[in-house]
Amino acid sequence: MDAPLIEFKDVTKRFGSRTVLDGVNLKIYEGEVTTIIGLSGAGKSVLLKHIIGLIKPDEGVILFQGRPIGEMKRGEKAASLAQISYMFQDNALFDSMTVYDNIALPLRETTSLGKSEIDSRVMARIEQTELADAAYKYPSELSGGMQKRAALARALVTDPRIVLFDEPTSGQDPIRKNAILSMIAQYQRKFGFTAVLVSHEIPDVYFISNRILALYDQKIVFQGSPEDLENFDHPFTREVIHSLEGLQEELTGLYSKRQFKVMHHLQLTQRTYGETYSIVVFTLSDLDVVMTSSGYEAAQATIRNMGAYIDKHFGAMGGFSTRRRTNEFVTVLPYSDLSEAENILRDFAKDVQERGIRDVCTEAGSKTAARGLEFTILAGIAQGQPIAEIESVMDSAKAAQKEIARFRCSARR
Amino acid sequence: MADNADNHDLPENKAEMRIGLKVTKPFAFLGRETIGWIGHLGASTIFLLLASLKILRAKQLAKVVQQIYYIGARSTMIILLVGLFTGMVLGLQTYHALVQVGAQGALGTLVALTLVRELGPVLTAIMITARAGSAITAEIGIQRISEQIDALDTMRIDSLRYLISPRITASIISFPLLTALFDLIGIVGGYISGVLIMGANAGAYVYRIQASMEMKDITGGFIKAVVFAVIVSTVCCYQGYFAHTRRDSHGAKAVGLSTTSAVVLSCVLILVSDYVVTSLLL
Repeated sequence: MDAPLIEFKDVTKRFGSRTVLDGVNLKIYEGEVTTIIGLSGAGKSVLLKHIIGLIKPDEGVILFQGRPIGEMKRGEKAASLAQISYMFQDNALFDSMTVYDNIALPLRETTSLGKSEIDSRVMARIEQTELADAAYKYPSELSGGMQKRAALARALVTDPRIVLFDEPTSGQDPIRKNAILSMIAQYQRKFGFTAVLVSHEIPDVYFISNRILALYDQKIVFQGSPEDLENFDHPFTREVIHSLEGLQEELTGLYSKRQFKVMHHLQLTQRTYGETYSIVVFTLSDLDVVMTSSGYEAAQATIRNMGAYIDKHFGAMGGFSTRRRTNEFVTVLPYSDLSEAENILRDFAKDVQERGIRDVCTEAGSKTAARGLEFTILAGIAQGQPIAEIESVMDSAKAAQKEIARFRCSARR
Repeated sequence: MADNADNHDLPENKAEMRIGLKVTKPFAFLGRETIGWIGHLGASTIFLLLASLKILRAKQLAKVVQQIYYIGARSTMIILLVGLFTGMVLGLQTYHALVQVGAQGALGTLVALTLVRELGPVLTAIMITARAGSAITAEIGIQRISEQIDALDTMRIDSLRYLISPRITASIISFPLLTALFDLIGIVGGYISGVLIMGANAGAYVYRIQASMEMKDITGGFIKAVVFAVIVSTVCCYQGYFAHTRRDSHGAKAVGLSTTSAVVLSCVLILVSDYVVTSLLL
């Protein structure tokens, strides 16, 4: 592996009697996206601020391209740190300046560029971050996502070699979180900078990160790829990763969407071309009618039992499942081809028809039985290859859905 | 035996210690506070020196002009108003006092010298502190707690050069100019109340001002204005810049308390330094 761009050697930082970082060792490589994960208050932001020189370590050294920052001459140190940009958690935009002025500020104050050159660079970043309509607005007039983009544009306007992102998705809704992470990944590829993120967004950050650093108990306890982290046996995994992920969905007992993404990423994307997998998509039709006529308890009992039966039949064959929508489940059979998947589905349908209906009716209780609970299960299978996008395989499976079982709870005798 | 004797003595020692602590506690508090204030004095002096060194750096002129507008130009109306009424009250009171000793002719001398030497610089500085000084502390304090100053540092923009130097320079330029305006309008106010309302002799009023006023009175007033400018701008900028280090509060409350501290401290220091400068000038 190449020499690290930034390296921490036994870095310790204390605030009064509280030790925040205790002998931290880490390496950050050029051109990669490195994500620091850890619980709130673990010292992730403090660690990030050491990189840009906002905080100095009490002990240990920080190396930039193999040279200790503390031993650099003033000019050399300034030149090294000038290659780093920092995007603050709360953006830290100047609220009395327009977006344009905020982005232009570092160029106006730290370079001798002419007005027209500054204007062309600022406008280029504004266009790239899709802020053209907001260029002359004040930060308070922008949405949270637009403010993030403005902060990113300001961080990128000096063409930095390294960009540090302090919790870039904090306070954003799930859609915006994904949009911001995608934006970071997209710009990192586009501009080729080295990105260092502090984030809680597990496993979403795995998909944009080359390396993960785990900060736990004031130390870096893990450095490596997201895939290696999945096999990392340490209290950090149990206490932090699992608590951040929410391993299983409470209602169905199946994997959460996040864990499903990790499983899919780990099991499918690293396989070679030619190795196939199957996807089954289940739909509980008329669930809305069940909710209206028999109530939420009946609908929840149906969903819960559906999850249990899917896990019973497909989990045993190495499959992993999640609930995709309220009435839709998806199962990946990583080692099964189409015919094998059809056999498992046939057994599943038979079992559900024979025993599943009884379990649902019993659990749903008297309210359901009084009015009669009725719905249909649809299922479709599709085969995919590692190269294919899982979403398109899911869509193919959905398009191939047909009725496999019909439920009807008769009135209580 | 010796151990027993020690144990026996222990409660008495403790009691003595408690009494000793009670006696020394006020001194310890006084010592801590004094050390704290000396620390602040040293830190603010270094803060002023570092900011002063950056006044003549490139790209400062536009920022200084902008701050002269905020600190100086926008304080003009309030200075005119306070100056006018101060001069009028001074004219009125002085006229009544002088009439009793038959020396109404000295009205111009008293009004002008009082304004130029003392009231002009002091009241101007206090009014600017109230209007612009508090705004400086609040603005810088908010920039500090919202990490805008940290953002400047990460962008390699010297926050002292960018935020503090222009404000100190603008204050040094604005305070004497506003003091001159205060003096002028105060003298006019004295004329209105003393001459136009109370009936003192207009010619004597103007003549006495010309005859009694010396250049050292005017330069003395201006020296005071510059001293006050340095004090007010340093105190207000310092309080805002270090609002996040307050031990008694955090966040917005820290900015509020820092603003209050800045105004109170500035006013006290204006009066203290007024005495010191006056005693040096006389």
